[in-house]
Amino acid sequence: MSSLLNAIGAEFAKILTTRLWWILALVLFGYIGLLAGGLAALFAGIQSGAISPDAAGTSSGGIPDFGTLPPLVYSFASSVGYVFPVLIGALATTGEFRHQTLTPTFLASPRRGQVLGAKVIALFVVGAVFGVVALAASVGIGAPVMNAFDVDPMLSDAATWWLIGRIVLAMGLWAIIGVGLGVLVPNQVASIVIVLAFTQFVEPLLRLAASFLEVTARIGNFLPGAASDALVGASVFTMASPTGGAAEALDWWQGGLVLLAYALAATVGGYAVSWKRDVT
Amino acid sequence: MPIGTTIEFSHIHKSFGATTAVNDLSFTVEPGRVTGFLGPNGAGKTTSLRMLLGLVAPTSGTATFGGIRYRDLPQPLHTVGAALEAASFHPGRSAANHLGVYTRAAGLPRTRVTAVLEQVGLGAHAEQRVGGYSLGMRQRLGLAYALLGDPGVLVLDEPINGLDPEGIKWIRGFLRAMAAEGRTVLVSSHLLSEVQQSVDDVVIIARGALVHLGPLSSLETDAAPQIVVDSPDREALGAALRQAGLTFSVGRTGLLVATPDPALVGHLAFAAGVEISSLHRQKAGLEDSFLALVGEGHTL
Ligand SMILES: Nc1ncnc2c1ncn2[C@@H]1O[C@H](COP(=O)(O)OP(=O)(O)O)[C@@H](O)[C@H]1O
Ligand SMILES: [Mg+2]
Repeated sequence: MSSLLNAIGAEFAKILTTRLWWILALVLFGYIGLLAGGLAALFAGIQSGAISPDAAGTSSGGIPDFGTLPPLVYSFASSVGYVFPVLIGALATTGEFRHQTLTPTFLASPRRGQVLGAKVIALFVVGAVFGVVALAASVGIGAPVMNAFDVDPMLSDAATWWLIGRIVLAMGLWAIIGVGLGVLVPNQVASIVIVLAFTQFVEPLLRLAASFLEVTARIGNFLPGAASDALVGASVFTMASPTGGAAEALDWWQGGLVLLAYALAATVGGYAVSWKRDVT
Repeated sequence: MPIGTTIEFSHIHKSFGATTAVNDLSFTVEPGRVTGFLGPNGAGKTTSLRMLLGLVAPTSGTATFGGIRYRDLPQPLHTVGAALEAASFHPGRSAANHLGVYTRAAGLPRTRVTAVLEQVGLGAHAEQRVGGYSLGMRQRLGLAYALLGDPGVLVLDEPINGLDPEGIKWIRGFLRAMAAEGRTVLVSSHLLSEVQQSVDDVVIIARGALVHLGPLSSLETDAAPQIVVDSPDREALGAALRQAGLTFSVGRTGLLVATPDPALVGHLAFAAGVEISSLHRQKAGLEDSFLALVGEGHTL
């Protein structure tokens, strides 16, 4: 047990002693802050009548139900920001291969399964911290903007705080998916390309394509991004789906379990593919 | 004082696909001595050491520390310190933080970081990013990692590569001091000359297999000595030797005669009335025996 705690401590130290984590956290904050602030202003402006829908170029159907605006804005933290925990998880893992630090790592902790377990736990926490950073941007900037347009930011609503909690959980799980991807595809460049291509193009397209038919929509619910949105319970992507969510989305806990299943399957698969191999 | 355990390789074998890297290798390394693990590049030294340290899985056979496999050691860094060839650092991490990570993983006190950095002479560069280190500094940092747990056994893969002359002198003294304290020291090199001043024993491999094992002095006796003899009249001397059926070659310092017996050569010259200006026995150099053992066709 103490050796597992030592291994977890070492994994945290690895993250904190290089610059990557705060660079990613800074970019995440800026990106989500801009997006949440900008869209909060746009939608709240339309809602309050300060901006006309035609001027905004949006059809009235695309304007979200007024009651859901704050959760939509806040959930940018995960619906858009989830690529950041995936990246740090994948980089933390592929970096060990790239810089050949598996040698000192496995010399200090010869039980390799335990090392990978420690990485999963540490990165879950790092991902959750990224969730907090992203929320600091989406809530910290989105709420005052909505307030300025006389839209209630719903911060006294318990449901909002549940949403925030679920976003933190989702971001932690995404970081584990990153770790899993990193052991499945230890080549750092390949891993990053896969993260970006999948999260930015492949999955959004798959989700859109799947949403046209009820059957495929049901399967589409099990895509990781869809599961994440189900866990969080609000997302621009579900709002934008053409059937308007005709196929019932997963419950939040089902979404969480699907996401966890992806994370564990990738990690266990990667353990066999690369982690337990010869370190030469 | 940490007490060294023996290192035991027993019929260890490793194939990478069709390549046999290590072939049925068995030998024991004793504490209190410096053992040189020698062989040309590609002989299988690194692979053998990585199998010993649980980083590479043997195809068959075992390598243990007094019967215990590396991964079964209760406190691996305290029992064995290893510095392997190849830089294994994140370039963006400082030396102190690099060591700090593994100090934490092994549950060692953080004070060890400063202690080992001082010990290898990197105290002034502790906070510098490793990416800016020279090859020699990286070698020293690798050594610092090996020393973190104050281990009884040291396993060093080509530690002299890339060191400056001062560093080479330092590491030679360091290896001797470690063994004098009762530790087990196994150090690999592809050059005998690099380690011959520091080692007590040698284990020589070529093409993955053991070719020689014993104290350093055993390399001297393995090759047949020659007699070097010279005369103001080399013609006459050569004729006398030929007549007695001895073969020789002409060297820079005289005739190199293929016999171990200087008295025989002296007697032949005397009987033929040839004046000799020098007569001595020459042992084949350690390097010559080493090269003969590992065979030709290898770049050294
Ligand atoms: N990961 C690997 N895959 C395939 N062949 C390898 C691998 N590592 C080493 N080898 C081969 O095994 C042999 C021994 O290599 P190595 O142990 O590095 O020798 P040395 O350290 O004595 O120079 C070489 O022929 C090398 O090419
Ligand atoms: Mg080598």
